[in-house]
Amino acid sequence: MTLELEVNGQKHTVDADPDMPLLWALRDLLGLTGTKYGCGQALCGACTIHVDGEAVRACVTPVRRAVGKAVTTIEGLSRDGSHPLQRAWVELGVPQCGYCQAGQIMSAAALLKKKPHPTDAEIDTSLAGNLCRCGTYVRIRAAVKKAASESP
Amino acid sequence: MSQVLLLRRSVLAGLGLGGFALAFDAGAAPAPGTPASKTGKAGPATKPGPADGLRPNLFVHVRPDGNVDIVCHRSEMGQGVRSTLPVLVADELGADPARVNVVQADGDKAYGDQNTDGSHSIRGQFESLRSVGAAARIMLVRAAATRWGVEPSSCTARDHRVRHEPSGRTLGFAELVAAAAKLPAPTGKSIVLRPRSELKYLGKDLPLRDGADIVSGRARFGADVTLPGMLTAVIARPPVVGGSVQRFDAAKALAVPGVQRVVELPAPKPPFEFQALGGVAVLAAHTWAALRGRAALDIVWSHGANASYDSFAYRETLRAAVRTKGTVTRNVGDVEAALGKAAKTIEAEYDTAHLAHAPMEPPCAVARIEEGLCEVWAPTQNPQAARTSVAKALGVDESKVAIHVTLLGGGFGRKSKPDYCVEAALLARAAKAPVRVQWTREDDIQHDYYHSCGVQKLSAGLDAEGKLVALRHRTAFPPIATIFGGSSIPAAGELQQGLQDLPLAVPNVRIESGDSPAYTRIGWLRSVHNIRHAFATQSFLCELAHARGIDPKAMLLESLGPPRKVSLAELGLGELKNYGQSLEEHPIDTARHHRVVERVTELSRWSSRAKDGRALGLAVHRSFLAYVAVVISVVRRPDGRLYADEAWIVADVGTVVNRERVHSQLEGAVLFGIGQAFYGNVTMKEGRTVQSNFRDYRLLRLGEAPRAVHVDVIPSEGPPAGVGEPGVPPVAPALANAIFALTGTRVRELPLCNVVRA
Repeated sequence: MTLELEVNGQKHTVDADPDMPLLWALRDLLGLTGTKYGCGQALCGACTIHVDGEAVRACVTPVRRAVGKAVTTIEGLSRDGSHPLQRAWVELGVPQCGYCQAGQIMSAAALLKKKPHPTDAEIDTSLAGNLCRCGTYVRIRAAVKKAASESP
Repeated sequence: MSQVLLLRRSVLAGLGLGGFALAFDAGAAPAPGTPASKTGKAGPATKPGPADGLRPNLFVHVRPDGNVDIVCHRSEMGQGVRSTLPVLVADELGADPARVNVVQADGDKAYGDQNTDGSHSIRGQFESLRSVGAAARIMLVRAAATRWGVEPSSCTARDHRVRHEPSGRTLGFAELVAAAAKLPAPTGKSIVLRPRSELKYLGKDLPLRDGADIVSGRARFGADVTLPGMLTAVIARPPVVGGSVQRFDAAKALAVPGVQRVVELPAPKPPFEFQALGGVAVLAAHTWAALRGRAALDIVWSHGANASYDSFAYRETLRAAVRTKGTVTRNVGDVEAALGKAAKTIEAEYDTAHLAHAPMEPPCAVARIEEGLCEVWAPTQNPQAARTSVAKALGVDESKVAIHVTLLGGGFGRKSKPDYCVEAALLARAAKAPVRVQWTREDDIQHDYYHSCGVQKLSAGLDAEGKLVALRHRTAFPPIATIFGGSSIPAAGELQQGLQDLPLAVPNVRIESGDSPAYTRIGWLRSVHNIRHAFATQSFLCELAHARGIDPKAMLLESLGPPRKVSLAELGLGELKNYGQSLEEHPIDTARHHRVVERVTELSRWSSRAKDGRALGLAVHRSFLAYVAVVISVVRRPDGRLYADEAWIVADVGTVVNRERVHSQLEGAVLFGIGQAFYGNVTMKEGRTVQSNFRDYRLLRLGEAPRAVHVDVIPSEGPPAGVGEPGVPPVAPALANAIFALTGTRVRELPLCNVVRA
């Protein structure tokens, strides 16, 4: 069926099964491939996006639930990669393979929006659902704190 | 024959980059984004002319505007090869890295070795890659010297300019390209490398080439490749390796909106090598339809010869194998006599599980067949093997296959095995349309080339003073060789990963391996057999220290013996593969073991190693020619779970090219190693893998990572060693030794969480 979506501030019309996970609608129908598939069961966080500002796992969110809401993907987090988290990620050399990092950044961005100065425990809890196989967690923590330190 | 080609041949041949280059009518790699179908053939192509700039070899192209294309012929999977190799070439050339465009090479033997595993991108090509940059530099310098009428030796190239030192005159590369391209090319010994002191970027922190793309979602991984008219396929593979489709009904799958075709793939015949596993593929307009279509398939399987494989029962088979005499693969002195005479004997068995690679990006590949050419876009560590395997499966010549390498969302050895590329090619042929094969996480965990499980039995004889005088080490694990049809008794190539090559100042040593048939696909995983061997040997030495009541560090250093270069005779071996490099250049040097152990114990304050509710564990291991010592601190959380809260890793990897990526690899290895040691566990029942996703194949999570990982790299101008893998092996035993120090529980199995809560 035809669904209206608003993604990164742009309106799209997609023809999709309303139960199709938002992940596949973004990747396969809209060509927004920055959001990654990792597990399909909300176990790894690689597909983390924002729906009305909340971090959600796109792989288990039916596309119908995004109708009438504002969807933000990594491509829309900032216009030019200048979000404090994106800058901190590059400055601290966080990524190794990079595959999980869009999801990590989107989870962290949702956290910072609510808690501009999170504690270590809050960072650990908020990013607990985002797996990284390369083992970049120590730098992820440091980058979240660095980005937070730029906030007034 | 053109001079360009002559130079190219002589450079490649002289550098040992593969004799195949001699037979290859080679040119430069196609411009990025140029599909091979547009260049007329697969692989490096196009004959250059002087107007096209300077192309002294396959790797370097100085464009008329002075900007430089440098080919990265190895795969990027997080180790930083795209941020490192091209800068090394540029440094030798005298180019400004900011004016370098990195061109990712297709799979082609003309580039020499492209198999990005074994931690050898730097160590195998440190000088040869500098030579390809040097050839271009020499030509630019000659062009400038001719222009000025001066001696080339009075000129230097740096920061994208050639400078006449006595007069201070300079010319930019753009002003020299056309003249340089017409010059005779340097060959053989006339390609002289710069002294190291002139390398501006060597050992520095180099910027991440793909960092900005990664954090903004622009980086292109395998599944991000999209072609017009492309279908997406998911495949129902035989649940048991060696099984096949008995019959299937596709009606319900075909009724799913978006599903376009259902295709049966042939079952492979052993040895499985890199063949596709067979099964039934559902091809659809998009991934969701393909997934729903697969779920609707009705398939009856024949399970084949491995249907009774039970990894729990199999461990009993391995235990039995190490409890009797095996095939002797290293022997010094008379172990049996020495064990018989020993004042005290100590024995222990170590049991380690199958592991899955679980890269965050599951296997995937896109294939298109057009005008007789099969192109595959894939995250592959091994594009030449992908090319060979696809050509073999399609029954065509390799020249009709092009492998385009995307970024890899993790590799760890999984993406050295191109079975998924073969699937995509077979389906593109069947569908007569471009096809993307997407593995789900369940597919990835259940159809991996598993790290082999294993059992080891170690027996030590101590003399009256407590000194270790005899060590018998028996190992049994299904070898990797079995996927290629090789023996089920582990042999030298696989034992020389931390066992046959282990330096031991012990007069009587014997290593035996037991028959270990494989009932699933076995494959190499980051640091490979070193994981198991380091776990057993480093845990056992700590056990011996405890039995003697001495400091584990003292026991470890005593077992290594005094600083020396260990000979083959001392090891009791006729030959040593030594990770493909000579013992002259890369000896087993126990002074380097000592150095990393001393440094890591100093940094971690080993002398006060058990206080305030925390305890430290230590291990050291040489692998991939690098020496790595690790100390891990373990505490018990309020909820009773054990937590590795801090870690120190000290490495001697010889010469470092990109300091920042060496540090990040070592940090990553500690976390990879901790997660795997605590949780990594694949079990099999009735031939099927029990685990299926991250719910039951557990990886380390953020809150489980240490608060700090302290990395220290020993300054060195020695030949470069491996970096990506050697950080992993000492982690598991350091962790087990710390757990023992904290709790008194000696865990002799991996994963550790089978015994302790974590």
